[in-house]
Amino acid sequence: MSSFSVTEPSNRSKWIAGFLVITYALITMIPLVWILLTGFKSPADAISYPPKVVFDPTLEGYVNLFTTRTRQTQEFLEANPPQNWADEIVRQYDMVIVGPSKFGERFMNSVIIGFGSTFLSIFLGTLAAYAFSRFKVPLKDDLLFFILSTRMMPPVAVAIPIFLMFRNLGLSDTHLGMILLYTGVNISLAVWLLKGFIDEIPREYEEAALIDGYTRFQAFYKVVLPQAATGIASTAIFCLIFAWNEYAFAVLLTSANAQTAPPFIPTIIGIGGLDWPAVAAGATIFLIPVMIFTILMRKHLLRGITFGAVRK
Amino acid sequence: MSDRTVDRVAQATPKRVARKIRGLSDRAIAWIFISPTIFLLLAINIFPLIWTIQLSFTNYKANRIGREVKDVGFKNYERILTDSDTWLNMQATAHFLFWTIFFQVLIGFTLAWLINKKFKGNDLWTTIIVLPMMLSPAVVGNFWKFLYQPQIGLFNYIVSWFTGKEPSSFEMLGSVTLAPWAIVIVDTWMWTPFVMLICLAGLRSIPDYIYEAAEIDRASKLRQFLTITIPMVLPFLMLAVLFRGIENFKMFDLVVQLTGGGPGSVTELTSINLKREAFEKWRTGYASAYAIILFVTVFGLASIYVKALNKVKQR
Repeated sequence: MSSFSVTEPSNRSKWIAGFLVITYALITMIPLVWILLTGFKSPADAISYPPKVVFDPTLEGYVNLFTTRTRQTQEFLEANPPQNWADEIVRQYDMVIVGPSKFGERFMNSVIIGFGSTFLSIFLGTLAAYAFSRFKVPLKDDLLFFILSTRMMPPVAVAIPIFLMFRNLGLSDTHLGMILLYTGVNISLAVWLLKGFIDEIPREYEEAALIDGYTRFQAFYKVVLPQAATGIASTAIFCLIFAWNEYAFAVLLTSANAQTAPPFIPTIIGIGGLDWPAVAAGATIFLIPVMIFTILMRKHLLRGITFGAVRK
Repeated sequence: MSDRTVDRVAQATPKRVARKIRGLSDRAIAWIFISPTIFLLLAINIFPLIWTIQLSFTNYKANRIGREVKDVGFKNYERILTDSDTWLNMQATAHFLFWTIFFQVLIGFTLAWLINKKFKGNDLWTTIIVLPMMLSPAVVGNFWKFLYQPQIGLFNYIVSWFTGKEPSSFEMLGSVTLAPWAIVIVDTWMWTPFVMLICLAGLRSIPDYIYEAAEIDRASKLRQFLTITIPMVLPFLMLAVLFRGIENFKMFDLVVQLTGGGPGSVTELTSINLKREAFEKWRTGYASAYAIILFVTVFGLASIYVKALNKVKQR
């Protein structure tokens, strides 16, 4: 039996739609594919005209990203044969590796600040969301609106007083300062999203637990938390992606010590200007985790990007 | 219900004993759970806002610590609103806002409409299309600078392949006429999926029976589109525009990486100008007043818009 529906698009229109959407998807991927490819090019290939799609892949960009190098005399190079593959790549330019670059450090800062602020936002956000969802809180609607409206300020505007505040408290350019700041920015999103997720858990579960002799706390962490696990995980990923991508606060408030990767990657300098393969290598390493998370998160994406306004 | 044993026992139990058994009261738990969040928001959001308002009436300069701070009244506001550069920045922002939203709505809605035809594999392609939006605007914006290079850039090469123009004959980021469009292109590339996702949710929320009823009434496909699809998706579309409007009014990272406000100041959006005043010229008082003006503008426009949105929703 064939099911016929007047609302089902015809096969022909499905084909056309599919073709157009796939074309758009492929075009939109070009810049990202180009980042990936450029990371494996030599500096000469990266800036060749016409742009090269086929080239000899090399790890030069990645070596340059992670190391600092100096030029050496011919005698020195002959006296010290290369010890590994990275050395050999650098020798083509009569250079030797003298140490690691700042990239590793900056990347670790991103990890520490990203995970630190995510953990804190989720911890505080879950508690607040539970209270907003289950109890009568005076001024609840005002509070929620207020939490949301804090996101309307341009980050540069917020950065002025934060800069002064951090300077007075000794938090400038520290991990703790950035973790607190990102938590402050993220917590509105976290509370708002998590409240939506907790609202969807039937109250009857907790009430049953309370009757069974659980205290509120026990009911909260033994009944509500496991039920909300998916929601908490997806909220966490949104907080993490925000902190990971954030640039304005990072570039204005951090420098030598707590700088994260986004302000650092565009400043990677090679011989004679920007070292594009190294920049692309850094971008690749930096962007891939977010892409993986996005794919994992695709079911809850809409809710996250619209502050829970559209739930689907 | 009230004759259930548990309820009777609960009522008979003295309050103090009940609290001991049950732990803290609900009220106490509510406050324990909420107060850290409120405290953090006060410290990171409200206190700075109040401080900004206070600073905006002074001539404070954050890089000169010993300098005497004078109260200047509304002078900062006066100077900003009468400065012709302010209006140029506002114009640049308006151009950016209008065209990014225009293209994103146009392309985003079309894509959503096509994806909603439910061709095979539409989920996979939707996820691929969404990727740019989740990435770091600073890192991606910086790389677009490479794509826009006049001689070696891929963008110029592709454009020249289609139009036959010399790839070195135009500079997307260096030309006064092209730079405002260069940032519109990147923002559209990045954020069209956002509008698309919201429209898709809107399209999927329309129940099939409405179309079936229209089909029975012999309404043409075009008429169905105009009288069912568009009105039903409109609230969603307006919500998407609200989000994009607020975000792009705040726009900083992408454009600072691409053009830094140049050439001249044709792409100097308000946020970029604010950064210059606050963190390059260190005119903290002046910049604070600027920040307050921006905040009031966004807040005012958003409130008016939300009212309109609610009206559309009620229809």
